[in-house]
Amino acid sequence: MGLPAHAAFIIAAYGATVLVVMGLIAWVATDYRTQKRVLADLDARGLGRKTG
Amino acid sequence: MIVQERPMALVQLANPSRFLAFVGRVLPWLVLATLIAFAVGIVLVLMAPDDYQQGATVKIMFVHVPAAWLASLIWAVMSVAALGTLVWRHPLADVAAKTAAPIGAAFTFLCLFAGSMWGRPMWGTYWVWDARLTSVLVMFLMYLGLIALWNTVEDPTRAGRAAAILTLVGAIDLPIIKFSVDWWNTLHQGTSVFRLAGPSIYPTILAPLLVMAFAFTLLFVTLHLAAMRNEILRRRVRTLRLLQAQGA
Repeated sequence: MGLPAHAAFIIAAYGATVLVVMGLIAWVATDYRTQKRVLADLDARGLGRKTG
Repeated sequence: MIVQERPMALVQLANPSRFLAFVGRVLPWLVLATLIAFAVGIVLVLMAPDDYQQGATVKIMFVHVPAAWLASLIWAVMSVAALGTLVWRHPLADVAAKTAAPIGAAFTFLCLFAGSMWGRPMWGTYWVWDARLTSVLVMFLMYLGLIALWNTVEDPTRAGRAAAILTLVGAIDLPIIKFSVDWWNTLHQGTSVFRLAGPSIYPTILAPLLVMAFAFTLLFVTLHLAAMRNEILRRRVRTLRLLQAQGA
């Protein structure tokens, strides 16, 4: 069974979808780790707040 | 006066600390629901038959249409948040709007790209300046403009107010996108799902489309709540650094 006609266009559309979704997940996950690390650093220097 | 306490009422979520606790509780369940929805959607997409005219290229619809749906939905969410910023000055409204914008831009780009990949084999061109495509491109540029605004103005409150006004002005593009295929003669096809006469798509293709749209929507809610949590943490960092600078 060969590839359907215009397979390259279908693969490009789904490939872009995977890249965009993975990019958004990576952005959110990386940003969360960064902010938690900075807050932990500030807390360690006695600048953190006790507001949860 | 006796104030009746309701667990996690909407007004309580206005408190950023309570909102963070709420996100911590619901996020794992949202991730699980999103994964299940995508798993079901992908199985249905693989089982969906080819279109009698378009062949297998109809499968591009299962990512193009949900991305287009999210592009408009996210701007609508940002518009409600803009009202929250300008009218009610809700502490989380600006956070919600600011964090929705990059997600909206990403899905609008995906809508345009997937549509282009669908257009080339079906229309013979990647792009045409018709009303639907152009109005979506305008929305994409407005998303980028808002992101630039938030990143240019350092004070989040000032940036939030200016962005809220621009968001509400930009909301005029929503009905233009929706009705562009009715108001003008476009190469883009007319409405085929949300019609008064009912969907014009055959059920074996409509079912995976609706499940994928639901999965994409769950993905947006999950990403948005996670991004809002990040933004609240970022603003805490900013406040602490300002306090540190004032104390130095």
